[in-house]
Amino acid sequence: MKFTQTLVGAAALLGLSTGAFAEEFNPAVIFDMGGKFDKSFNEAAYNGAERFKEEKGVEYREFEIQSESQREQALRRFAQQGNNPVVVAGFAYGAAMDTVASEFPDTDFVIIDMVVDQPNVRSVVFNEHEGSYLVGVLAAMASESGKVGFIGGMDIPLIRKFACGYVQGVKDTNPDAEVFQNMTGTTAAAWNDPVRGGELTKAQIDQGADVIYAAAGGTGRGVLQAAADAGVKSIGVDSNQNYMQPGSVLTSMLKRVDNAVYQAFADVEAGAFTPGIQVMGLAEDGVGYAVDEHNEALISDEMRAAVEDAKAKIISGEITVHDFMSDNSCPVS
Amino acid sequence: MDIDVIIQLLDSTMRLSTPLLLACLAGLFSERAGIFDIGLEGKMLGAAFMAGAVAAVTGSAWIGLLAGVGTSLFLALIHGFASITLKGNQLISGVAINFFASGMTALIGQNWFRQGGQTPALRGDARFQSLDWPGASALADVPLIGPIYSDLISGHNLLVYVAFLAVPATWWVLYRTRFGLRLRAVGENPGAVDTAGVSVIRLRYSAVLICGLLCGVAGAYLSLGTSAAGFVKDMTAGKGFIALAALIFAKWKPWNALWACLLFGLLEAIGNKYQNIDFFGLFIVPVQFMQALPYILTVVILAGFVGKAIPPKAGGVPYTKER
Repeated sequence: MKFTQTLVGAAALLGLSTGAFAEEFNPAVIFDMGGKFDKSFNEAAYNGAERFKEEKGVEYREFEIQSESQREQALRRFAQQGNNPVVVAGFAYGAAMDTVASEFPDTDFVIIDMVVDQPNVRSVVFNEHEGSYLVGVLAAMASESGKVGFIGGMDIPLIRKFACGYVQGVKDTNPDAEVFQNMTGTTAAAWNDPVRGGELTKAQIDQGADVIYAAAGGTGRGVLQAAADAGVKSIGVDSNQNYMQPGSVLTSMLKRVDNAVYQAFADVEAGAFTPGIQVMGLAEDGVGYAVDEHNEALISDEMRAAVEDAKAKIISGEITVHDFMSDNSCPVS
Repeated sequence: MDIDVIIQLLDSTMRLSTPLLLACLAGLFSERAGIFDIGLEGKMLGAAFMAGAVAAVTGSAWIGLLAGVGTSLFLALIHGFASITLKGNQLISGVAINFFASGMTALIGQNWFRQGGQTPALRGDARFQSLDWPGASALADVPLIGPIYSDLISGHNLLVYVAFLAVPATWWVLYRTRFGLRLRAVGENPGAVDTAGVSVIRLRYSAVLICGLLCGVAGAYLSLGTSAAGFVKDMTAGKGFIALAALIFAKWKPWNALWACLLFGLLEAIGNKYQNIDFFGLFIVPVQFMQALPYILTVVILAGFVGKAIPPKAGGVPYTKER
């Protein structure tokens, strides 16, 4: 009898504590393939979480997946252990998120770069085409040969969206400009292949390109290096990569994944979490271009004026940048 | 397709073939002595990591190269110890080395640099810079010969030339020296070599160590001589296995190995340059196919389409003096 009582008591306690867990603030973040130190997309997410930890003194849990099959596992594990919110960085988590979010209705989830239609999921999407348009303007003005390049990571619509915005920015600035486009690969390994990235860059430079935009995660390291070796300009992506090859990186297309992660943590902590789609565009400072001490000298006043002008016009709606993902096609190439 | 495009393709081919060629020759030494080695990949990876790490810390590509070669030699010795002294299964030892290198490089890298298993980006003297040959810029404007000399032959880094010079060197060692004759014999009939009073054990260890040396240079090339400029997790990306396929394709002969590796390099270069090939408007070859070509070719080769490839007779069999 006494034993049963204890058992029931323990069970009740356990039930209580699991119930209480979901309400607690216990943030977690899961990175995509490429790893949290890719100096690009994942690192931006990592920086956001680190910034929150520094400012608020709240520890967070994290996980770097090593294979596709770990996506759902990692999500479910964190949710089971009472983490709230669980933030995942990467479009590829879409299907896993859809499954796991419905299993844990009391947990707040955030997915970056993908829309998942669940009542407890916030989907953060960025207007990468707008930011890419701006760096396209800068590329066209910085190019002396009238030929510029684009190197994508994995060949997916999201990366085509970067490419399409970039081409529009280039062509609107210099209609005669030629844009070379290459994708590194068709599997997730394409996010982390700097050797091939370097080869693709050299091939584009051989064809005359003198500004090359890398939207390729860790592969971009090879692109920036090859461009610096050949004495031409490159454009970084997601995080501010200007420091990686000072004097050679023209600018970086910023995608404030760090802000998205920070905001998600802060909202849940304040009890102000809102599910649904959150669009981070130029107007919201979700995307942009980077100017710092490493590239100031490369951006002339004229270029600065032109890009600020384009930015204002995009925000006001005077220029509409076509979004590749809206119809899976690009009007220019 | 004009001459410039062809030269650009061949230029890229040379860079992409270099690690394959070094690894292929490494495998050639080992297998010609009767030690199968599928651990080429792991040795390259270990060397790439240690070369990148040491170069990042010391700032010298040469010290990095030494460290890379040292690591590869160490792994080669493990393979030698397992398969020569302990008479273990050579394939299993090779697989173990691959897994060991893949795991340890990421683990140690994370521990040392805290960058997710990468090494910091290397700058200046920490990488092998491209060498401009005398008169390259002066000759550049001469038609045909100019671009061939200044773009194709000149302007690579030292390790590329080392790889290509290793081919005649390998041929000379194998076919023109006493050591080479014994090495080939020990892969065909170790009993006869032993009867002649030459140590099978010592010959096989030397072969395995030469293999380690060449793999070390191949790995160091990946992290110090390419635009990766440092080590990245799993950066060998199957090159060790492609080198093995090239070795079979080449029927264990040094000059054939050169052509086989150049072919694989060329296919990769074409895949990089022409992502979608339009065949006279009839159909478009998709990029996936182009990038899969080296692997498709590997399967075709291994399926025996190149004629009979006969491996060294005593390959894979540990030598036991007396039953």
